Amino acid sequence: MKEVYFYATCLVDLFFPDAGMAGIELLQAAGVRVIFPEGQTCCGQPAYNCGYWEEARDVARGQIALFPKDIPVILPSGSCAGMMKNHYPELFHGQPEEAQVRAFSSRVFELTQFLVNELDVKLQDLGEPVKVTWHSSCHAVRDLGLVGEPKQLIAQLSKVELAPLTREHECCGFGGTFSVRQPEISGAMSCDKAADAEATGASVVLSTDGGCLLNVNGTLEAKKSPLRVQHIAEFLWERTRAR
Amino acid sequence: MSDARTAILGRLRASSQVGPLPDLDTAVLERRHWPISERAERLRKGMEAVHTEFLDATPADWPGVLRAFCDREGFKNLLFGPTSEAGSILAADWPAGGTQLMPYDRPVEAFKDELFTGVDAGFTGTVGGVAETGGLLLMPGPAEPRLLSLVPPIHIAMLKASTIHDTFWAAIKALGWGRALPPNALMISGPSKTADIEQTLAYGVHGPKRLIVVLVNDLA
Amino acid sequence: MHAENEILFRDSAAKALLDPQLRANFRRAMDGLITKRKAQFPDPRDLQDLRDLSTAIRSRSLLNLPSLLEQFEAQATRNGIQVHWAETCDQANELILGILRSKGAKTLVKGKSMVSEEMHLNDFLEKHGIEALESDLGEYIIQLDGETPSHIIMPAIHKNKDQIARQFSQKIKDAKYTEDVDELTAMARKVLRQKFLEADAGLSGVNFAVAETGTLCLVENEGNGRMSTHVPPLHIAVMGLEKVVATLEDVAPLYSILTRSATGQPVTTYFNLITAPRGAGEKDGPQEIHLVILDNGRSNIYADPQLQATLRCIRCGACMNHCPVYTRVGGHAYEAVYPGPIGKILTPQVEGVGVRHDLLHGSSLCGACGEVCPVQIPIPEILVRLRREATHQDPGSQVVGKGTGRTSSEDWAWRLWAMANKRPGLYRIITWFATRFGKALPAGAPLIKDWTRTRTKPVPAHRTLNERVRAKGVPHV
Ligand code: SF4
Repeated sequence: MKEVYFYATCLVDLFFPDAGMAGIELLQAAGVRVIFPEGQTCCGQPAYNCGYWEEARDVARGQIALFPKDIPVILPSGSCAGMMKNHYPELFHGQPEEAQVRAFSSRVFELTQFLVNELDVKLQDLGEPVKVTWHSSCHAVRDLGLVGEPKQLIAQLSKVELAPLTREHECCGFGGTFSVRQPEISGAMSCDKAADAEATGASVVLSTDGGCLLNVNGTLEAKKSPLRVQHIAEFLWERTRAR
Repeated sequence: MSDARTAILGRLRASSQVGPLPDLDTAVLERRHWPISERAERLRKGMEAVHTEFLDATPADWPGVLRAFCDREGFKNLLFGPTSEAGSILAADWPAGGTQLMPYDRPVEAFKDELFTGVDAGFTGTVGGVAETGGLLLMPGPAEPRLLSLVPPIHIAMLKASTIHDTFWAAIKALGWGRALPPNALMISGPSKTADIEQTLAYGVHGPKRLIVVLVNDLA
Repeated sequence: MHAENEILFRDSAAKALLDPQLRANFRRAMDGLITKRKAQFPDPRDLQDLRDLSTAIRSRSLLNLPSLLEQFEAQATRNGIQVHWAETCDQANELILGILRSKGAKTLVKGKSMVSEEMHLNDFLEKHGIEALESDLGEYIIQLDGETPSHIIMPAIHKNKDQIARQFSQKIKDAKYTEDVDELTAMARKVLRQKFLEADAGLSGVNFAVAETGTLCLVENEGNGRMSTHVPPLHIAVMGLEKVVATLEDVAPLYSILTRSATGQPVTTYFNLITAPRGAGEKDGPQEIHLVILDNGRSNIYADPQLQATLRCIRCGACMNHCPVYTRVGGHAYEAVYPGPIGKILTPQVEGVGVRHDLLHGSSLCGACGEVCPVQIPIPEILVRLRREATHQDPGSQVVGKGTGRTSSEDWAWRLWAMANKRPGLYRIITWFATRFGKALPAGAPLIKDWTRTRTKPVPAHRTLNERVRAKGVPHV
């Protein structure tokens, strides 16, 4: 039986545990044994992005140690997967554990990437007809290199109509600490994203990343919009789960 | 200020990194290739898109085509380089009356005001063209002064179809510009233009308002 | 987390965001540029190949920079171009003033040059009694209003037609009010042609300097560059020391990717190669050409292997056209000569990472800039590196102002963050409290206050995923 590790990421742990559970269940439904090591916190990205590399490294070191077996590590986040896959090797460049870190990084996958490219899952849509829109997370696309995997999964759902955003690839304005260090610009970007989503006529905004979801959701709520956000994993699980 | 020179170069040298130079893979440029018979059409499409006008001609009749155009437009004069190859052919049988040929044969200082205000059009030859994007290659010099293609409100240029290259890159190599560049060389793709006001295109901002290419089909 | 020095960009950006006209002007313009660029690169493979080639050409040029500069200088000198070197903007200004004075020049017409903006040359010359007139239409428009460029290739992009129409009718002699772009252009043409005719000297920037031939390459559409460099008897060019490339063949792909990335044009109206002043038998062209090569911090940037990539820039402006922050606040909010993503990495490296910490954090690190940059400068990675430099004193680093952006509050914040995330036990306690009492956090608490300007308060779930999986019995080994 195929075995994988699941890494929650701090945002999913605290704000979107349903998405995390759904991710685990999607993997299990595909016949994979999922291991969820205890002691998971944060991948270290916030400190890394702000230049506090020692702090980021300290945290990353502890997290890497949770995944000793040579099996894939699956994350329900393109941004954190990008951090672990592409930035860990930079963060540990020249450090004694560099080789070990590189080996770890090569095992990291974002959830939809793994479902499509490694498991080749086939989904059956059991839900009611619905119109959704898709926000592509900047880090998932530009950092990690996620291409069309999430959309390929959505396309497998027969009763789901995907209404594209006008500016699908434009940043939603989250940007981690950017959202509070530059709240005015971040807010302007978020409001534009929310308006774009509302204009699609969809009833739900999907994304791979908790940061974007938290941001867009807060903005929609502040606008008293009926539109809601959902993590792609949770959406897929809801649509395909037999009731 | 040689102190500054020494200091700057010293700093650069001190931190110059040794390492293998990255390779230059020019395949993407080599892929841009058209048979010679199609290049004129491609050049024309590219240049017409930016408001260049074309007159079709043959090696034998181009001076006549040009003359007829000048008469139609009612130019009182046409500035040209009398010792250039194209210029001397033009002058050889330019009928009297109508548009006057005006030789650019003195230093600009001698007639700067007239050049700016008293000339209707300027004529130059070209040393080639570029098919990929559309463009004329010019080599101003003693026979064809630099301002001939710039100051008069209309620029007329003669281009032979056989001299059109695939790309600017190919043209540079074919013309040997990398080895010995003339004092001034140019690529021109259309009349002067700007989009500085609200991204709206406007032609004829500082340089010529119109560019007319006399395209000589010498491929037969 | 808000150091004093982070306020600058935040404040001016906040002000810009309140100007709906400005936001509409930029959004419309950037949308147009994005669409036009896209149309120029229909084949993703061709685009990537051309980017790889362009990146390699610029990297090679930088690796050989000192030798190429010497080769260029020798060749240009042989051609009759007089080459000068300046370590600072002050030196460069003095050099230019000296050249102008030695020729008795009183008026200077200028083609577009960002380096001369960097030097604040116009102000300097005005102070010394020399009229410096911008002739690029966009530059002319902003000079009339005493403004600085808000975009590196479209300097007046923040203004719309009506604003320009009003300005022309007030400031140009005998001008009537019109919103017709052709008529406005014709007005400027009339004024400026007279200036070209009369000017004692012309000034230009340089897009590429070719070492093997000693040539200065100028890219433009209007013809004012050719006018400024070929009508007056004296031509002075200014360039940053990074502009040199080895061969003329190297220039062709760079030129191609430059115009397509910048404005979505396959080619500009003019590509002007200046190799020598008026030669024997020539009837026009400048009698003298002088070139000032400016350092102004570049050799210091050059010293760092990672940061050196900054100098690959060919000033196409694509990074700002695609930047979600620039699109919303415009160029002036950056209070820097070079706005947008390239400005965010360049300005702090020249002025100091501490004093321009504001710019370093004015980015969501979305990566749109790096994605379109024709020479693949990893702008987000460089931003992160410079954030590091701003807050740390790493030995061996030569970054200007390193460590001067550090504040004890940010320091403490990250120390506490690390403490919590390094110790799963502590993390568990904190998240336990957050899930149970997170709702009760006051909206005025730091960070939450900023978050909730445009959003509702984020509410943690009832149980963390860590708790949920334990309850569900998901295996942990
Ligand atoms: S950084 Fe890249 S995209 Fe930005 S101006 Fe320079 S070359 Fe163009």
